[in-house]
Amino acid sequence: MTQLQSPAEPGTASAATAEARPAEARSLLATAWLRIRRSKIALLSLFVVVAIMLFAILAPVLSAMSGNDPFTSNTSPEVLDDFETPGLPLPGYMYPSASHWLGVEPGLGRDLFARLAYGGQVSLTIALLSTLVSVVLGTVLGAAAGYFGGKTDAIISRLMDLFLAFPHLLLVLSLTPILQSRLRDTPLGQGSFLPMASLVIILGFFGWAYLARIVRGQVLSLREREFVEAARSFGSSHLSILFRQIIPNVMGVVLVYATMLIPTNISAEAALSFLGVGVKDPTPSWGQMLNAAQAGNWYLSDPWFLAVPGVMLVITVLAFNLLGDAVRDALDPKASRH
Amino acid sequence: MIRFILRRTGSLFLLLVAVSFITFTLFQLGPADPASAACGQECTPERVQEARVALGMDQPFFVQYAEYMRGLVADRMIGAPGAESLCQWPCLGKSFQTNENVSDIIARSLPYTFSMAIGALVLWTLSGVGLGLLAALRKGSPTDKFIVGAASVGVSLPIPVTGLFLLLVFVNQLHLLPFTTNEINSPFGPQGPWAWVLNYLLPWIALAVLFSASYIRVTRTNMIETFGEDFIRTARAKGLAPRTVTFKHGVRAGITPVVTMLGMDIGLLLGGAVLTEQIFSVPGLGFTAVRAAVSGDLPVTMAITMLAAFFVIVANVVVDLAYAAIDPRVRLQ
Repeated sequence: MTQLQSPAEPGTASAATAEARPAEARSLLATAWLRIRRSKIALLSLFVVVAIMLFAILAPVLSAMSGNDPFTSNTSPEVLDDFETPGLPLPGYMYPSASHWLGVEPGLGRDLFARLAYGGQVSLTIALLSTLVSVVLGTVLGAAAGYFGGKTDAIISRLMDLFLAFPHLLLVLSLTPILQSRLRDTPLGQGSFLPMASLVIILGFFGWAYLARIVRGQVLSLREREFVEAARSFGSSHLSILFRQIIPNVMGVVLVYATMLIPTNISAEAALSFLGVGVKDPTPSWGQMLNAAQAGNWYLSDPWFLAVPGVMLVITVLAFNLLGDAVRDALDPKASRH
Repeated sequence: MIRFILRRTGSLFLLLVAVSFITFTLFQLGPADPASAACGQECTPERVQEARVALGMDQPFFVQYAEYMRGLVADRMIGAPGAESLCQWPCLGKSFQTNENVSDIIARSLPYTFSMAIGALVLWTLSGVGLGLLAALRKGSPTDKFIVGAASVGVSLPIPVTGLFLLLVFVNQLHLLPFTTNEINSPFGPQGPWAWVLNYLLPWIALAVLFSASYIRVTRTNMIETFGEDFIRTARAKGLAPRTVTFKHGVRAGITPVVTMLGMDIGLLLGGAVLTEQIFSVPGLGFTAVRAAVSGDLPVTMAITMLAAFFVIVANVVVDLAYAAIDPRVRLQ
């Protein structure tokens, strides 16, 4: 700053303001973090989200510590009831204990803690990857529609209308088996990969339209701004302007929307696996565990089997939702007015 | 106004055609092999070929689509040459599983879906808008904080968890309510309206918990914004009763986003509340769609998806038209 050769009046003024308000140089994540740090609820939800992620990532370590794995079944009469309610875990195996931290599953006697942890891996992987697919599609298509206008805009906007017209869950539900029949003979369709890959593709591909509409709206005003004009006058190509100037400037909205899309996709995975078209036994996921609790009405024999995946699911979705609210308050200038 | 309606109806028609075309493409070209899904478990190559001909899949794609769409307005024959059967209009094909007309299956499911939709809608609109308005009027108070907190939890409750929990508590443990039965699908049936309400109460609550939470949020945000606007201050300044200002001026202007949401959600719900119907075994469109999706019954899933998208689109247009009636600021060009 001090080396400036000709400190003209406006130049020094802007340098002074820049020094007085270092906030302008902060990155998006730093801004978000500063805001989140101030709210107890936001901090708590961030902590819970990180804890749940760690729980899922460390699934192999944690279940090894407990001495179990998610797939070994144990139907011996010492573990599962043989008389009154065949298949129901006996008292010592029903609830948390030293050998089975959350008890065992009815019917097959698999360790519930291991299934919950590994299931978290599956559920969160599906949710995060499908969110990534939607966000990339939505950002690029929305920005292209807003930036190029004209025919490009017309086509992409009509596509958005179409995608938004379909009831999401119903469409995803009916298309998942169809996609699975296509993927079966490809490398993506092997074993437990098949349901994961198909859910990521379907949820990702049908979740971009809403974000695209928001990004398009932002880009419509961005493209008239001076810095875009400046880039154009330097002779930058359209693609370079789109990816270097426009998209970095909508990342705030994108980040907000991505945080909110994650819990939606967690719920969607749970819903589809619960309905029997997503992740299927023996692969665990939180939705699959709900499905297992309902199948054979086990949750009526003991609410514990509903509580284990149910509480986990609610806490996760709630934490992501609250974090999403906090990120929105931090980054979306329109929403933080109140 | 008339020009607006005409233009909206025109684009509605185009969108419906586009949706039907896309659905048809997805479901007809999507599956690796629809014909073998159609002929079931014991399938020889000859039978697959027969099924292909019977489904008209040996025809060019556009012919198939045109033929399908023709069925919406006229009777058509379905099946292999020599073994055709009549499919009366509106014809949406025949089920792979039962060979029943898909339109009959849909007609049978609709009353259940309507029963689900109406009650849930009333319940969540009243509670959502009411609580949202209350929170906005008492902004910052403990009441407001409680309502906002409850709404945050409410949007995070997945239907499978709430639904199974309600069944467990109210049906299985407390025996307060009966498990839903297929015999009741209208308040005007022989069992009377009260049995209808009791039968659908739990699914209504399960849906309302989730939906009213987002209605609370939207109502609250918009009412706070509206109450801060100049015309509200003017109305207060000229000495109107607080009640009149709140309801006649405030709510009328601040409720429009809620009407938009309502339109979308009615459309969605008419296409079948997939999860709720499944959990409570209500054989509506959503329930039927899950059955069909799991068993690979393509004509049924395709028809329900198309119908559900139609409901959403039509509901949106109705909302656009309703806007003008509610919000005095909206003037249609």
